[in-house]
Amino acid sequence: MLYAILCYHDEDTVGSWSKDQEAAVMKKLSVVQDKLAKQGRLGPVARLLPTTSATTLRKDDPPLVLDGPYAETKEQLLGFYVVDCKNLDEALDVARDLGAANPGGAYEIRPVGLLRPGSVPS
Amino acid sequence: MTDTAWIDGALTSARPQAVGALLRYFRNLDTAEEAFQNACLRALKSWPQNGPPRDPAAWLIMVGRNVAIDDIRRGKKQQPLPEDEAISDLDDAEEQLAERLDGSHYRDDILRLLFICCHPDLPATQQIALALRIVSGLTVKQIARAFLVSEAAMEQRITRAKARVADADVPFETPGAVERTERLSAVAAMIYLIFNEGYSASGDTAEIRAPLCEEAIRLARLLLRLFQSEAEIMGLTALLLLQHARAAARFDSDGAVILLDDQDRSKWNKPMIAEGLALIDKAMRHRRSGPYQVQAAIAALHARAEKPEETDWTQIDLLYGALEVMQPSPVVTLNRAVAVSKVRGPQAALDMIEPLAARLSNYFHFFGVRGAFLMQLGRNDEARTAFDRAIALANTSAEAAHIRMHLDRLQRDSQPRGKKAGK
Repeated sequence: MLYAILCYHDEDTVGSWSKDQEAAVMKKLSVVQDKLAKQGRLGPVARLLPTTSATTLRKDDPPLVLDGPYAETKEQLLGFYVVDCKNLDEALDVARDLGAANPGGAYEIRPVGLLRPGSVPS
Repeated sequence: MTDTAWIDGALTSARPQAVGALLRYFRNLDTAEEAFQNACLRALKSWPQNGPPRDPAAWLIMVGRNVAIDDIRRGKKQQPLPEDEAISDLDDAEEQLAERLDGSHYRDDILRLLFICCHPDLPATQQIALALRIVSGLTVKQIARAFLVSEAAMEQRITRAKARVADADVPFETPGAVERTERLSAVAAMIYLIFNEGYSASGDTAEIRAPLCEEAIRLARLLLRLFQSEAEIMGLTALLLLQHARAAARFDSDGAVILLDDQDRSKWNKPMIAEGLALIDKAMRHRRSGPYQVQAAIAALHARAEKPEETDWTQIDLLYGALEVMQPSPVVTLNRAVAVSKVRGPQAALDMIEPLAARLSNYFHFFGVRGAFLMQLGRNDEARTAFDRAIALANTSAEAAHIRMHLDRLQRDSQPRGKKAGK
């Protein structure tokens, strides 16, 4: 079963990381990801640019274009992983590993109903 | 939990909102700062044990306010901290407070806090130092280091700035639309000053001063998050990102400047460029142009060119033309002339800058650019005179070294053509 792990964190806090802190977190995260990749369980991974770069299209009639993210939340959606796991317990384990590498914020674990791998070269 | 780095991060990011709200309560900067400081001390004790509160800023405001009120009631400040139990039961109160904070209040709190630092009586350097101290929460030591002055000198500068701000009339009522726009543009200008303080550093100090650029970007993003539809704030943020994206390529190992054309573009920071381009894209949709957007659009054209030859100089020329109308200045014209030299040749560019000679007679870049145009036209003696003048006016050793490189080239070129036709 594929699970999406949606990463929520206060982007202010993430944005105030120093370059060294940022590099340290990325390095720890890549250890977790490499392990999953080797097991053939890691799907697409994305890190999103800050919500200030977001635009929202409200599908009203006519559609309305708004600056900023869809929801104003204290913690923002900053990225996601797609991971192949046997069950929720396994997905939670992955989330715990990721969380140990990158503390603070929260992960939402959502089973994936449909995944098209797409064709964009990364 | 041994890793307390997240607490530092949370305190830093909560700071503008918390100090801004405390300032609104107490209407006194010193009291607000002290209240925040006290709240932070308690956070360092309480958070590792109890875990982070749902809304750190609300927690800090609440605790800071309570402690300061206690202090004021007691009429003195030398009291030991109250027992933890007295402040640990904050959940309900936090909920209420957070709801109030979610309104538009905190937006104006942060803007006010930034705006106080832009007081017109304060010289630019004091504005910047004050903002870095109060809003960003950098220590005096950190600020002194970035400004390359002693800690004592910086302490004095900040104290003086604070005294002047304390005497000033700070408007605490919620600003009207016009006033908000005025504040916003003053604050944007101040953020740009912070950025340039770091960006204009020479190669030998660039590393030390880079945090100024990063802090300016953080403040610009903060401002944009509060005012999501302001095209000029998008422009400002984009401009800072696109310029700072080149940081790793701007100096060689000796600290000498590397011009845009000669930079190793693979060293440019891609995510920063992507964010900058996305923002300028968003800003353009609003069709409310402004100087930051135009400058960001120029930076974007450079960022989009994978090789220098791919730069769209025609478009850059047009954008500088627009900027000249918005912000007429000989320096803008001088920059435009560089684009003109690429599009219409060095003679047209030279004709464009000759009328500026009187106003820029003490400006290093004028003579550097003039010398380069003359050199392209093969008027080497005149070029040499211009370069000599530029060296005399250079602000940093890196600037002088760069011009000397041109002089050396002239020297080589005037010798009979030999084995090496060096670049």
